[in-house]
Amino acid sequence: MKCIVCMTHVPDTASVIKIGADGKHIDESGIKWIVSPYDEYALEEALLLTESKGGEVTVVTYGPQRAEAGLRECLARGAHNAVHIVGGESTLGDSLAIAKVLAAALKDREHDVVLCGIKGVGTDNAQVGPMLAELLGLPHVSGVTKIEWSDASIVAHREVEGGYEVVESPLPAVITAQKGLNEPRYAALKGIMAAKRKPVEKLEVGALGLDESALAGVEATYSVRSLELPPAKEAGKIIQGEDDPKAAAAELVKLLADEAKVF
Amino acid sequence: MAGILVFIEQRDGSIRKGSLEALSEAKRQAAATGWPVAAVLAGEGVSGSAAGLGAYGASQVFVADDPNLKLYSAEGYSEAVAAAVEKVSPDAVFFSATAMGRDLAPRVAARLGVGALADVTGLSLDGDTFVATRPVYSAKAFATVDTAGKKPQVIGLRPNVFSAEESGGSAEVVNLDALSFSIRAVVKELVSSGGGEIDVAEADVIVSGGRGLKGPENFALMRELADLLGAAVGASRAAVDAGWIDHSHQVGQTGKVVSPSLYIACGISGAIQHLAGMSSSKIIVAINKDPDAPIFKVADYGVVGDLFHVVPAMIEEIKKIKGA
Repeated sequence: MKCIVCMTHVPDTASVIKIGADGKHIDESGIKWIVSPYDEYALEEALLLTESKGGEVTVVTYGPQRAEAGLRECLARGAHNAVHIVGGESTLGDSLAIAKVLAAALKDREHDVVLCGIKGVGTDNAQVGPMLAELLGLPHVSGVTKIEWSDASIVAHREVEGGYEVVESPLPAVITAQKGLNEPRYAALKGIMAAKRKPVEKLEVGALGLDESALAGVEATYSVRSLELPPAKEAGKIIQGEDDPKAAAAELVKLLADEAKVF
Repeated sequence: MAGILVFIEQRDGSIRKGSLEALSEAKRQAAATGWPVAAVLAGEGVSGSAAGLGAYGASQVFVADDPNLKLYSAEGYSEAVAAAVEKVSPDAVFFSATAMGRDLAPRVAARLGVGALADVTGLSLDGDTFVATRPVYSAKAFATVDTAGKKPQVIGLRPNVFSAEESGGSAEVVNLDALSFSIRAVVKELVSSGGGEIDVAEADVIVSGGRGLKGPENFALMRELADLLGAAVGASRAAVDAGWIDHSHQVGQTGKVVSPSLYIACGISGAIQHLAGMSSSKIIVAINKDPDAPIFKVADYGVVGDLFHVVPAMIEEIKKIKGA
């Protein structure tokens, strides 16, 4: 199986978010960048699949120079090839622009399956996978928590409210991974050393027949007017209940009923 | 033609609340511009549900009634939505940002050659341009965004944020005929888990448990309080990663981002990833024995104490109120 994993390099989920000077992006100083957690499930699934059925895993990212570290992490875990489409700062959050770039990179690259995380944490759009599928003319299954692989098809569980759908799809297809799909491995020292010797193919957006300034300009489909922190919250009413939990519970319920009016 | 088209989600023929919220919001937004509001409903044997959508603001309901649409598929349902878009050339297409809406909206948008605004929690009109607020970095920040002039403006509205209200109109029902389907990814079955439990993503009240519960068996206490309140059971990542409860209950940055009317956090310290997932709840209640737990910083009400004593006492008190 030839697997393509689309990876995005995002701020660590434990990051404290500050607003940047332009008022439209985050302040990147002090941010630690990681492989988006959902992409880890996508990668792990591809690695497990190729370990059992043979084949190779190619990780593709569309991101700035620093995203190479994310590709190295994926190579260290066992990915065979890495493709870095350099750019993406001006199209951040524009899911269609990102999907167009990925589609252009993937269309002439042989693939039996394309795996993505359900969303890139941060921009939180959860749109690139289905859009990429539409642009490539492929079926997609999103939010997958289980996959049974056959040679030319899959049966997947897709998480929905209060249950899951059992979805059957032919391959090739685009699949987006949800937490619960597998347990991603850590990179072993041997893998980290090997990753240093593996090449990362660098591509410019222009080489894909696209113009990034147009994607971020006249063709843009997402425009950020401003980015703000949530309003600060007033201090709440905290009841000491170590000594008399019953009285504290009674007081809490009274406040919720009379003041907050939630019951 | 112009206006707003709203995709209506149904399961077994019953219309999902989030779609009524989206339809009601379309009606409210359209009041300013005089735009017509239309709806599109897909399924099998769903025609009977269509006319009732008039009460929530649809003046026209396009119905794609076909055995191929009995269960959801992105390819099949996007065919139906695209056909309705063709009919009304709307300025905007609204979806409820449910599991279905978040799967379908981007597929439809890409097919129409436009982008989409996902998981919107606030909406206003600037001329004929929708200006949307959406949480990013799991609600650690809020972005004000638009579709950069591209139309139709595809917008997913977060469930439980916009109100559903009947405005008392009636709708003309139009059948979408001659649709042709080539559905490759086919839903074979919809499996309900946990005996009809309310999903945290849809719940108006959530009772969540964390590491302080000490073990999976103590989620029974969360369920008891939740059942009393008609609430969903949520969990912190620590509780999910410990294997105490399924991931579908997880609230936070790698789980679900929720904004219920009432969120009760029991034995959850409030790691930044968890706070990111629930801090936009309207009323937050925290019960934790550690007075310095970060959860108290976002709580409207809190009790510092042992949840195993406080929660059962709460249950008794609430029963008294409910019984009265």
